[in-house]
This record gives sequence, structure tokens and C-alpha cells, in this order.
Amino acid sequence: MSGLYGMARRRNWLRRTRNIALLGAIAPLLGGCHYALLDPAGPIGQDELNIIYLATGLMLLVVVPVIVLTLLFAWRYRASNTKATYRPEWSHSGKIEVVIWSIPAIIVAILGYVTWTTSHTLDPYRPIASANKPVEVEVASLNWKWLFIYPQLGIATVNELAFPVDTPVEFRLTSSRVMNAFFIPRLGTQIYTMAGMQTRLSLMADRVGTYQGMSSNFSGDGFSTMRFAAKAMSAKDFGAWVEKVRASHEALTLSAYRKLAKPSENLPVEHYATVAPHLFHDILNLCTDGQTCIDAQHMARRMTSHGHEMAMAKRPHTLAHGS
Amino acid sequence: MFGKLTLAAIPYQNPIILGAVAFMVICVIAVLALVTYFRFWSTLWNDWLTSVDHKRIGVMYIVLATIMLLRGFADALMMRLQQALASAGGPGYLPPEHFDQVFTAHGVIMIFFMAMPFIVGLMNVVVPMQIGARDVAFPYMNSLSFWLTVAGAILVNLSLGIGDFAKTGWLAYPPLSELHMSPGVGVDYYIWSLQIAGIGTLLGGVNMITTILRMRAPGMTLMRMPIFTWTSLCSNMLIVAAFPALTATLAMLSLDRYLGMHFFTAGSGGNPMMYINLIWIWGHPEVYILVLPCFGVYSEVVATFSGKPLFGYTSMVYATVCITVLSFMVWLHHFFTMGSGADVNAFFGIMTMIIAVPTGVKIFNWLFTIYRGRLRFEPPVLWTLGFMVTFTIGGMTGVLMAVPPADFVLHNSLFLIAHFHNAIIGGVVFGVMAGMNYWFPKAFGFKLDPFWGKVSFWCWIIGFYVAFMPLYALGLMGMTRRLDTPHNPIWHTYLVVAMIGAVIIFLGILAELVQIAVSLRNREVLRDVTGDPWQGRTLEWATSSPPAYYNFPTTPIVTARDAFWDMKQRGVAMQPLGTYHQIHMPRNTATGLIIAGFATVLGFALIWHIWWLAGATFVVAFGVAIGKSFDEDRDYYVPVEEIERTEKRYFAQLPSEG
Repeated sequence: MSGLYGMARRRNWLRRTRNIALLGAIAPLLGGCHYALLDPAGPIGQDELNIIYLATGLMLLVVVPVIVLTLLFAWRYRASNTKATYRPEWSHSGKIEVVIWSIPAIIVAILGYVTWTTSHTLDPYRPIASANKPVEVEVASLNWKWLFIYPQLGIATVNELAFPVDTPVEFRLTSSRVMNAFFIPRLGTQIYTMAGMQTRLSLMADRVGTYQGMSSNFSGDGFSTMRFAAKAMSAKDFGAWVEKVRASHEALTLSAYRKLAKPSENLPVEHYATVAPHLFHDILNLCTDGQTCIDAQHMARRMTSHGHEMAMAKRPHTLAHGS
Repeated sequence: MFGKLTLAAIPYQNPIILGAVAFMVICVIAVLALVTYFRFWSTLWNDWLTSVDHKRIGVMYIVLATIMLLRGFADALMMRLQQALASAGGPGYLPPEHFDQVFTAHGVIMIFFMAMPFIVGLMNVVVPMQIGARDVAFPYMNSLSFWLTVAGAILVNLSLGIGDFAKTGWLAYPPLSELHMSPGVGVDYYIWSLQIAGIGTLLGGVNMITTILRMRAPGMTLMRMPIFTWTSLCSNMLIVAAFPALTATLAMLSLDRYLGMHFFTAGSGGNPMMYINLIWIWGHPEVYILVLPCFGVYSEVVATFSGKPLFGYTSMVYATVCITVLSFMVWLHHFFTMGSGADVNAFFGIMTMIIAVPTGVKIFNWLFTIYRGRLRFEPPVLWTLGFMVTFTIGGMTGVLMAVPPADFVLHNSLFLIAHFHNAIIGGVVFGVMAGMNYWFPKAFGFKLDPFWGKVSFWCWIIGFYVAFMPLYALGLMGMTRRLDTPHNPIWHTYLVVAMIGAVIIFLGILAELVQIAVSLRNREVLRDVTGDPWQGRTLEWATSSPPAYYNFPTTPIVTARDAFWDMKQRGVAMQPLGTYHQIHMPRNTATGLIIAGFATVLGFALIWHIWWLAGATFVVAFGVAIGKSFDEDRDYYVPVEEIERTEKRYFAQLPSEG
């Protein structure tokens, strides 16, 4: 009787511990909105999350047994346990060797396949297929704020990025001086921004919302403050937002840009109704202060040196003339 | 006259830095006073500072590593405190320009002046004995290597009180590290401390490779070498192949900074991406330089304490060599987000995963060494088991980030920080701790106190999980690295927990220091008279502890893989020999110390643009090195009587003989 009771109690206790353990494991996931990467708001982030789950799951297949076996063997073959078999000369087994080389090899082969295919499908430069016409945004990281230029609309903003939902956003990115990385965790892929070079990135939001954007690559004293709001809006709201920007009295002339580019932190959101012509080109080619643009230098060099073209890889630093 | 150096370079207005400087000065004065009080100067100078004995140099490396561990860990605590405070809102207690130096110094110190000297120290103490040699191939160069490493460490510490340190992150990516963005002396401190220490490391690598390839006892073929020697060989080959890349990269950066060149500037033909590639061509092999010898430690520990030969010796060797070669083909995985094409990213991702195969094989080999063994739970074993569990997790997160699309969101996040601490603490720190507990009795003749060893282990491993699991979570929340003001109330709790974890690890470090002190006090109880306290299998246990300065009275003859175990089986271990022959040994020299002293001043002069001093010290250091090459009195023969006397004393105290 007491035995039965004890068993029931033990089972009860077991169940309770299991529930607590389960809760402990899931609790962080329940507050999903805190876990930006586990709660993607667009297809790129979603695909990347799936890959994280898949790769982790595959590896757990071998990681969990290894950890369990380590603890199990260590306990089972402890010196005080004289009941366990002791074979002081045993140090080789062809069969075990085959197994221990092939298990990691098989997992890595599967992961390698996943890596090859997904590196291509999720290449940051690859345009996202969509019925909607992409919105183009030119991004420049300045010390320490973000400048967004909308070439199709002729407007620009600082520290605020807006775009319509379910529409691919095609970014072309550079930096005024220091290297940064453009990252909106809820949307997926980050990419470096580098002075004198251009990188590209396509993202899309499939949910309306305001997402945190940031620089994820250390860039000096004001780095921590390099954050911006990424606003995914309905088409209608986006149209209204564009009108609001256009209604601004500010114009991003070259001289206004030079002032803006000076080091500063915690700049408020700024809207510019107009943008100096080819400003992004000039930032990219490091000629906003009246220097000779890099692409012009290359052009000159190409004409003087007999076909000795500067060896320039196509990606990621296609200069403006090449893109 | 003094270049850029003025009184303004001393940060007397900053109470935190001033406090740290005062603390360090007091420590140095206290040490000097103690040395004077105990009249230890002549012993210190004759037996340690000018010694070319590989064991003593090894011990000095480890002392340096321990001191720098304290310095680097103080930085870690400061960072954790700043993020825990600032995440609640407000600026915290460190302004960005100070916080940025702290995380840069933490990385530089922990990798270059803690992990490296610890590993090199262990190799120095153990490898010559494991192969039955009397010293390394170039004993004077060994001393020079050590002192150059010290020179680098001194420069890093000087930056605390005179000027400032780099605010760029531990790899000093340009254009941030270029003159226009970092006009101070911080990056110059970084460059010259690494250049000077790097020369030491490179010379040490050449030395160790030569030693292992040329000085093995008769009969010790490559496939009879202990695994620690194998991993040391591979690690040193990596040093020799990779460190020139670091030297060249930093040299180009200094040309940019000092002579206005444009290797890595943005514009004017420079290309910062080149720097990032080059530095990681050194940087990724560096990870394996650190972890391979630790794999060797675990192999020795597991075999010894299981009372069995290592399972799958041959595949262990091949796995090590595979890792050595592959480690040069993965560097790009540190910057998948730079915009390389999908083919390039996928190639480097897959190469990275392939390294997981030989690494996985190693884990299984240790597992099957324990299988059907008799495992004794001494502190080295605890560290090894802790490693096997922890490193497996770190390996998993590493392979995860080798998948480029996963890295696109995890890169630069705290997930990455958690991963590499998972691999470096779980792999390297646990390894050197296992190694220190394992070989301490060999170096000093008494064991380390097991109780405090266990306290240290449990603090480290619990502290590690408490400190870094929240960082994994924060990474998934989108928190990126190096934030001085991570304003987010949700992150706050996690950052506070992480700080508590760091404090627990700190208790582990204190326990380790207590362990050494307690062991020193109880050394008679912990004394090992046999030279073989753990029932060892390899040659370093075949001689007395601590070994005579010539290691072996006669060169051992090796007939099997676990050479010493084999001798014990054949009943020829620890037997006095009838006749001895005189032994050829190198003389101690202060030259290495003197050259490194001038190199320190040279570095300081270059940092502060004091050109006359730089020129003068360079000429003198160079002159001393050349002068040394004319010194004919570099070696001597130990007379037979002295060997007989020493060996008689050892055999007289052996329990069986007594």
C-alpha cells in the first residue's frame, strides 16, 4: 500500500518536474516578441530561422548522445566501480573507428548540402521575387547615424526607414568613413557598409510594424546609439508617409550633407523633401567634399595606363561606375 | 625631445584608471619588497630570470599568463558591470571611450597575453621531457622568446597609465584603426605590443618544431610521440605559418599610420577588406594554435587517469593533422556578411563544417578511452569532462554559424560572443587548467591541493554557464556586441545574470590562487617522491620531480608508444644506472632579458614618436644580439660526479629503495 502510494507520489513528482522543465525550456519562446530572431517579420528572416532550427536539430542528433555518453561512461567506469569491465590494453577497434568517422561525416554532408543551397537562395544580393515593384533605398552609415535616400522618390531621411509591407526593399549600402553593419534583426540578413564600396541587400516585411534597426559592427564612440526605426507600413500609410516627408522644409543639399556627416550622436529623425543629385554616388566615391571621385580617378587611370585596369572584384565593392 | 609624450598623457583626472594604476604599482612594489625581504634577488636573477632551462622558462610563461588573466578578467568584470548597469537605463559608469578600451584590452590580453603564454608555457615545460630531451633546440632563443612576450605585456599595461589603449576591438579593423579615426596612441600601443610579442611567439614556434623534429630520444618515431607532443608540433607549425601574416598585416597598418601610406584606408587606393582577410588568415589558425595543445592535454589526462592507452591513437594523429591543414581554409567565415558571393560563402562554410568531423572524432576517441577504463576523478579529469560537455555545445553553435544564412543574423551578436567563449573557455581555459593540475607535480615535486582544485573547477563551470547562456539568449533577441549602453529593459535581467556568472568565474580564479597557496603550505603532505604521481604513461614521468636541470641522467631508449608505461611493464623504469656520462648543457644568459628590455623601450619610443630613443634602442638591441653571437662560452659539461650525486639522492628517497 505504502509502496503504491510512494510510486504514485513519485510519478506525480516526476510529472511536476517535467512540467517545470518543459515550461523552463519554452518560457523564453513564449515571450517570442523578445526573441527578435525567433519571431521574424519577413520571408528572409523566416527562412534563416528555419535553417537555424534545422541545423541545430541535425547536430543535436549527435551532440546529445555525446554529452549523455560522456557523463554515463565517466560514472560507469569510475575507479571505485570495480564491477565494471576493465580492459587496460584495449585501445583499438576498426568498427568503432568507422562509426565515429562516419557519423560526423554524414551530418556534415547533409549540413553541407543545406549550406550550399541556402547560401545561394538567401544570398543577400539576390532580389526577392514578388508581384510588387521593389522599393529602392540607398543607405549610408555616417558617424553615428543612418542616412536613407529614396532615389525613386527623391526624398531622404535620417534614422528612420519606412517601406511598404509585402514589397521587396532593395538596399544599396555604403559608409561615409568607418565600417558598420546594417541590421534589422526581425527582417533577417545583416550586411557590412564600407566606405568607398557598395554592398547590396534585399529584405521584405510581411507584417506591418516598427522594427528595431541598428549597426551591428563596432564603429567607434557613438556606435551604441546608431539605431533606427524600420517601419513596415501598408501601401496607403507608406504613401501618406512619403507625402509627409515631401512636406518637410528641409533639403539635403551637398552642404547640408557635409554638416550631417560630421560626427554626432543621438540625432533625432530628420526628413528631407529633396536630395542633392547623385548624392549616394558621391558618398560612395568619397567625393562629397569636392575631391575627385574614385570612379573618375579609375577612369583617368584606365585611359593613361595601357589597358592595365585596376583589378577590382565585382562584389561587394562595385564602385558606382560599375553598378 | 619626448615626441608626443607630455604630462597630459597621464589620465590623472579619471579615478577608475588612476585606481587601477595605483593598485598595479602597489602590487609591483609589494613584490619587489618581498623579494628583497626574503633576500631572493640572487636566486631570482641566477635561477629564473637569466635561466635557459625550458622548465623554468615554461613556469615563467605560466606566471605571466596568470598575472595577465587577472588583468584581463578585471576588464571582463568591468564590461559585465557596465552592461548590467546601463541596460537599466542611463549611461552606466563607463563612458564609451573608456568602455571601448576595456573590451579591446580584454580581447587582446586574453588571447595574446593569457592564453598564448599559458599554452607556450605548458609546451615548454612538458614537450622536451615527453620526447626524452634535455632542453629545447635553442635554449637562449627560448629565453629571448619569453622575454619578448613579457615586453609586449609590459607595453599593454603601460597603456593603462600613460596614454590610452586602442578603442577598436581586439582586431583593430581599419578604417577605424587608421590615423584619421584613431589619432591617439592607443592603436600604436596595440601594434607594437603585438609585434614585439609576436616575434617572440614566432621564434618560439621555430624552436619547438626543431626540438620535436630533431631531438627525440632514440626509438621515438613520429607515430610513437605522445599526443601532446603531436598537437604541440601541429600548433607550432601553425604559429610559424600564421604569425608572419599577423606581422605583415600590422606592419602595413603601421605604414598607413606612421608614413601616410594607403594599404587599408578607405579611398586613395586602400582597401580595408584586405586587412580583414589578412588578419583572419592569421586569426583563425590562432584559434587552433590555442586549442590543439589543449586537445593534447585532454588526451594525456584521459589515458592516464583511465589507466588505458588512448583509444584510436592513429586516428587522433590524423584528425590533428587534418585540423591543422583545414584551419587555413576557413578564415572567411568571420565575415560572411561582407557581401562575398554565394559560392565563396558556401565554400568557406562547408570547409568550416568539415573541421567538425576530425574534432568530433577526437571527442569520440576520448569517450572510448574512458570506456572500460578505471577513471580516477582527480582535478585534471574534472576539467576534461567539463571540457567534453561544454566544448561539444560550443562546437555545435560554431557549426551553426558556419551556415552562412544562419550567420547573417547571428553574426556580431552576443550569440557569437557566447559561442567563442564557449569554445575558448570550454576548450582552452579548461585545457590549461587540466594541464596545470596534471603537470604541476612534475614541475615542482608536489601535487596541487585537490580540494581547492575542485572548488575552482565547479566555480568555473557553473560560472561559465551562468555567464554565457544568457548571452546566447540575448543574441537571439538581437542584442549585438560591444554596446556600451544596451538600452533595453528586457535585456537587463539577462545581463545581470551574466554578471553574476562572471563573479562566480572570478571566485573560480581566486580558488585557483588559493589552491596554489594552500599546496605550497602543505607541500610536504602533497610531496611526490617518485616522479610518477599519477601512474603516467609518457616519458616526462620517467624522471624525478622536479627533474634535475638536465632532465634525464641518460637518454631514454623508446621501444613503444606509451614509452614510460612500456618501461614499467618491462621492469626497466626508474632503475639506477651503473655508469653515467657527462652531460652537455647550455649556460644561462641574461642576453634575452637585455634585448627584450631594449625592445620594450623601443616599442615605447615608437608609440610616442620619440625617434632618437627608438633609433638608439634599436641599435643597442641589435648590437647586443650580434655581440651574443660572438660569445663562445655558451655551454659546458656537467661532471659525472655531480650527476651521480643528484641521481643517488633521487633513488635514495624512492619508497621501494628506501
